[in-house]
Amino acid sequence: MNNFHYTKASSVDEAVLAGKGAENYFIAGGTNLLDLWKYDLTHPQKMVDVNGIEELKTITELPNGGLRLGALVTNNTTAYHPLVEARYPLLSRTILAGATAQIRNSATNGGNLLQRTRCYYFYDPASPCNKRNPGSGCPAVEGQNRLHAILGFSDKCIATFPSDMCVALAALEAVVRVTGPNGSREIAFADFHRLPGDRPELDNTLGQDELITAIDLPPRGYAEHHNYLKLRDRNSYAFALVSVATGYELEAGMIANARIALGGVAHIPWRVEAAETYLEGKAPTEASFAGAADLILAGAQGFEHNAFKIELARRTIVRSGMMALDPSCQRPGAPPSL
Amino acid sequence: MTKNKEIGRARRRIEGELKVTGQAKYAAEYNVPDLLHGYIVNATIVKGKIESIDEAATRAVPGVVDIIHHENRPKMAYFDMQYSDMDAPPGSPFRPLYDAEIKFHGQPIALVVAKTFEAARYAASLLKITYTEEEFDVNLKTNLDRAKKPSMGLATLIKPLPPGPRGDFDAAYATATAKFEGEFHHGAQHHNPMEMFASTTVYEGEGKLTIYDKTQGTNNSQLFIGNIFGLKMGNVRVIAPYVGGGFGSGLRPQHQLVLSVLAALCLKRNVRVSMDRSQMFTYGHRPETIQHTRFGATADGELTAVNHVAHSETSRYEDYNEVVVNHAGMLYPAQNVTLDYKLVPLDVSTPMDMRAPGGVTGMVAVENTMDQVADRLGMDPLEFRLKNYAERDHSSDKPFSSKELRECYRQGAESFGWKDRRPTGQPEKRGNRIVGRGMSSGLWDVIALPGKATAEFNAEGKLVVSSAVNDCGQGAYTVFSQIAADQLGLPLESVKFVYGDSELPLSPIQGGSYTTGVVGSAVKLACLALRNKLFKLAQILDGFPLGDALPQDVDFMDGEIIVKKDPTIRVKLTDVVAFNQGKPVKASKSNIPNVFKLKQYTRAAHAASFVEVEIDEQLGIVNVTRAVTAVAAGAIMNPKTARSQILGGMVWGISLATREESLLDKKMGKYVNDDLGEYHLPVHADIHDLEVIFVEEHDEIINALGAKGIGEIGMISMAPAIINAVYNATGKLVTALPLKVGDLL
Ligand SMILES: Cc1cc2nc3c(=O)[nH]c(=O)nc-3n(C[C@H](O)[C@H](O)[C@H](O)COP(=O)(O)OP(=O)(O)OC[C@H]3O[C@@H](n4cnc5c(N)ncnc54)[C@H](O)[C@@H]3O)c2cc1C
Repeated sequence: MNNFHYTKASSVDEAVLAGKGAENYFIAGGTNLLDLWKYDLTHPQKMVDVNGIEELKTITELPNGGLRLGALVTNNTTAYHPLVEARYPLLSRTILAGATAQIRNSATNGGNLLQRTRCYYFYDPASPCNKRNPGSGCPAVEGQNRLHAILGFSDKCIATFPSDMCVALAALEAVVRVTGPNGSREIAFADFHRLPGDRPELDNTLGQDELITAIDLPPRGYAEHHNYLKLRDRNSYAFALVSVATGYELEAGMIANARIALGGVAHIPWRVEAAETYLEGKAPTEASFAGAADLILAGAQGFEHNAFKIELARRTIVRSGMMALDPSCQRPGAPPSL
Repeated sequence: MTKNKEIGRARRRIEGELKVTGQAKYAAEYNVPDLLHGYIVNATIVKGKIESIDEAATRAVPGVVDIIHHENRPKMAYFDMQYSDMDAPPGSPFRPLYDAEIKFHGQPIALVVAKTFEAARYAASLLKITYTEEEFDVNLKTNLDRAKKPSMGLATLIKPLPPGPRGDFDAAYATATAKFEGEFHHGAQHHNPMEMFASTTVYEGEGKLTIYDKTQGTNNSQLFIGNIFGLKMGNVRVIAPYVGGGFGSGLRPQHQLVLSVLAALCLKRNVRVSMDRSQMFTYGHRPETIQHTRFGATADGELTAVNHVAHSETSRYEDYNEVVVNHAGMLYPAQNVTLDYKLVPLDVSTPMDMRAPGGVTGMVAVENTMDQVADRLGMDPLEFRLKNYAERDHSSDKPFSSKELRECYRQGAESFGWKDRRPTGQPEKRGNRIVGRGMSSGLWDVIALPGKATAEFNAEGKLVVSSAVNDCGQGAYTVFSQIAADQLGLPLESVKFVYGDSELPLSPIQGGSYTTGVVGSAVKLACLALRNKLFKLAQILDGFPLGDALPQDVDFMDGEIIVKKDPTIRVKLTDVVAFNQGKPVKASKSNIPNVFKLKQYTRAAHAASFVEVEIDEQLGIVNVTRAVTAVAAGAIMNPKTARSQILGGMVWGISLATREESLLDKKMGKYVNDDLGEYHLPVHADIHDLEVIFVEEHDEIINALGAKGIGEIGMISMAPAIINAVYNATGKLVTALPLKVGDLL
């Protein structure tokens, strides 16, 4: 870890002012940034500690019936917040399926959106990696790629975005509120993360000097019918191989409106609107969800060690759709078989 | 002789409180004055030569004191022999920083020494090294044609190569009614003890060192360092009372030890070198192994033909071997057996013993093949094993010193409810899940080695027992104290066990499940010798209080010698010490195995595991919901610590079958999941109902205690039982471990 300058900001404006500069980094919970730094993958020159910004530590109701999650509220506080539990249980479940209690106690909502991939090669400073060192190559394509993408990848990068929370945020169509030197703006969740394409070094569309201030949840929370099913290499404390967040509303037993987002399969939380439209007016049956799965997974392609994910994702979409019928029988965070 | 009061009693670990309150210090926690910190720089290529090392940026980091590498290191020994250690396989041991040659990825090539660990680590990241790279190969599967017989050496004495063929396998296999041919594979695994390797070397002046080391053998580290740097053994003291897990990784001295000593001698300063987690993937590992089996049985279930062949990786410079294929011939009385074990040298670091080395590997192939044959016979797997129960070891034609495996089967099956097992293909359903049940036998050889202990009784009424041995947390210190207490009829509180210091009586490295048998027997013998000495001194006390009583006429109880016939006649042991001018009465004893007697028997611990799995039918997710392991391992010294050992073994068995694997990138020659986030050990949510049964077993042959050791036996039968249970539920035989999400789709 290199030597660096440290400043503590106590307001959004202070933070934005201090954050200007290519090698300046905001630090929130530090659960991802410090690892990257100690492993010699990133070398911040200036550290802007945003943990003193009290205004970003609240969860407030919005006039439209939605909810605003402050960027510095911790993942656990968010998951266990009564309004989140009551109105957005899908979000609670995705958060609690991630990491460990200790990590979630430090991890913040803003930081969660910006966590970096868990690709083995990205984490090894001596290895080529187009994401870390553009143009150096991608050993994952022909290497150990169990964790890697089956959708939306490019020949430059097949990494996945590892967040669980963001899978729910994608399904819920959250809005990310950011402030930068040029003022504030809102970014629709679908526009926040980006596919690797030719510039895999860019995970998202946030400006380097922009601060995330909050995440807005729209009124629709799918509290009645939702599910998050995360499949991983052990029952806790592992990133998703495939995860599915499902939410829908039923009218007279038929799906009126549905959302399905996948984690662990692409560089972004994966959503296909055509699949959601397809479900409208259909009964929540295995056949309906299997039809949606075909649309979601259209064009999926596997590599040596992850081709199983295509079939696994298909089955998980179906199972998650069926489990969403009665969320009360799911224990949060429990492995699917228990 | 007084009755055992402590042996066999459930006692918690005597050092447990020190550990949970943070008072027990580990190698990296000795904060000696003026301490410097070394950080290891690892090679980022697999094979080739270092061309240049550019130190400029590294030296410029504030706090950096020195950079040591092959070009500027102090003198080190020349001969291979001087780099050997107590667990070294035949070959030419690796020498850290010796020359420019690179033999494996992650090889230590330089040490950056600085005033803080952080400065050293950062400065190390700035060292610019250029290499000439050579072609390398780390692919076991594509190099099987290069397989060779392991070289013979000390290691093959303890871990014997397979016996020659018996009977006519080809003929028996050809005529067998039920047969199965299988191929089994598992990748490399790394030990990953919680405590990472560290050595704190204190420079005491002119060639004298005290080293706090993470090791499974203080004498081993001492000899190693003494030999490499040409130091007098008396000038090298290695201290390692506590070890935060070893699992075999500490059986050989690790790189950080050599490097911390190198730096301390170079700089004449105190130096600590600690590895970080990813560096824990740069020395030994359980070798990747490919096995082939062919078993055949007659229509009535008699196993007649056994062929078991294993190919394991080793490095290019040492022939690491383990016992993979010998056990089928010991477990089953088949008369036509051919076994073979070969090594494939690759550009990797030498593999190392890792808990139940070879045993867990081989038993998976043997016991999964057994179930397949049983399946083809339409026989219950347990019935098939009982039908082929070996009353005698047919592979060496010797009797067992003791063998209560039948009782393990019986008690394990009963407690588990084996009779509820359904035939394969007709699983019970629980919601989305199907249930499978499987079982397996386990076997682990009992190793006999010499060991030494000293016992003394002092004026404070304490029995002080000492040995250089150390304890990875399994409870050895507690058990040794219990053994000592019983020999002199003392309460446990009156015993002090002194340990983990190379200046104490010589001990072998602690591994192979033999520490209780080896050092425990020495403790017993030393205490008995002390008892004798105390008695003799008591006889000549003023007034000859014991009269003409002989040793067998007295009891030792609560610090007194009591004449059995007339318990009013008592001599206080502290009075004996007073008579000895207040000096402690002392006796040392070595436990020298009676090789001649031992050689006439096959000596092994046995176990049987019974496992239930639940498998999500559509998603293929496997959970081990219930397991029972019944163990026959001779006398159980302390049921509490023994149970913990077996539980740990069972958890590791679950890990082996369903979780852990070091992912090797064959193009880079590197293990890529080198942290505990991606190297998947089981978490609490993976572990459910586990039960341990100890079956009574008496063994007069193996050692003075009749204890076989329980460090590894608890692990061996678990993985095959899990895979058999998965087969029972699904009809699919998983042959590549670990069984992963996706494999059952
Ligand atoms: C061992 C381990 C296991 C994990 N397992 C999981 C898992 O299973 N599922 C899962 O979803 N996650 C998992 N995580 C990731 C964890 O959720 C993230 O590390 C965490 O959410 C990041 O939040 P933070 O506040 O600590 O971010 P930091 O580490 O502080 O920051 C991360 C990045 O975000 C930037 N940043 C932070 N806040 C802001 C802001 N307000 N505005 C602009 N930029 C900002 C920082 O500059 C930095 O680049 C795991 C992490 C660890 C260490």
